[in-house]
Amino acid sequence: MAEQMTVKPAATGTTDAAVLGYRRSPAHHLAELMAAASGEQVRLREVPFLTQITIRATAPEAVEAVGNALGVTMPSAVGEVAQGEFGEGGSGSSGSSGSSGSSVSVVWLSPDEWLAVLGDEADTGVSIAAVVESLSVALGERRGQVVDVSSNRTTLELSGSKARAVLDKTIELDLHPREFPVGRAVSTQMESVAVILWRSADDTWLLMPRASFAEHVVGWLADGMREFS
Amino acid sequence: MMVIPCPFCGPRNETEYTYGGQAHVAYPENPDALTDEQWAQFLFYRDNPRGSYAERWQHSAGCRKWFNAVRNTHTYEITHVYRLDQARPDGLPKAPLATKEVGA
Ligand SMILES: [Zn+2]
Repeated sequence: MAEQMTVKPAATGTTDAAVLGYRRSPAHHLAELMAAASGEQVRLREVPFLTQITIRATAPEAVEAVGNALGVTMPSAVGEVAQGEFGEGGSGSSGSSGSSGSSVSVVWLSPDEWLAVLGDEADTGVSIAAVVESLSVALGERRGQVVDVSSNRTTLELSGSKARAVLDKTIELDLHPREFPVGRAVSTQMESVAVILWRSADDTWLLMPRASFAEHVVGWLADGMREFS
Repeated sequence: MMVIPCPFCGPRNETEYTYGGQAHVAYPENPDALTDEQWAQFLFYRDNPRGSYAERWQHSAGCRKWFNAVRNTHTYEITHVYRLDQARPDGLPKAPLATKEVGA
């Protein structure tokens, strides 16, 4: 135990695989419930352990510097998500030492706040520490924040031809493609729970509730899915 | 249900917002110089008009930013929303109660 407590991820390397093996995602105990609720028309699953980094910055040059480190142009308006590749091509100022890379999406949350979402470090080989390090270096002494919030939220994926019908029961925004096209993400409420709602494909929606709300959100969605199963 | 247009996120339902009371109530320049009555005026007394009212809202379920809105307390119509660093729109009732003469 004590040995594991002292494991420190190398700033630009990968986190020890043994440490990653201890992780438990917020909805891991609900896998059976989600599988049972899923059918041909709508399916629900957790996409665990995505790397999530909160970025806060106000000065335009600081925002641009962080965007360069991530390999994206930072989104500037509500709903916008920027896509890029981190690592690999050397976009990260110090995160490209390995042979690994990850696609990155940057979600606009506020005029001075963004959420960078990358793949699970166990799959991509891009450690959270490496991303935080790279972005912190890019931000430099300028006013702002780069914080690992990967454990703050989990990601639930609702997909299928009736996915929108399930969401329409409870999300109060207009989810018609005219108002909510593929690639749009906003923070809003599902019932009374704060979530990031993200349309990643025509029939695929990601919901990102805080970890402690995962059980409630899964149960709520599973109930809404019943008529389609 | 009111639909409130956040200056940053656009129109969202009232349930996404937190109410922050009257806007433009300036903190006293020298609180030590105030009488208890004046201090109480600043803390607790607010205008209660029938009509246009400038008030603070926070988009707590969205961008989490505070902003000001001018709402008609009779019709619930929101006629203006503006950022905290923007001036109050022209032609609106001024002078929050905290700046009035106490005992007048
Ligand atoms: Zn907002």
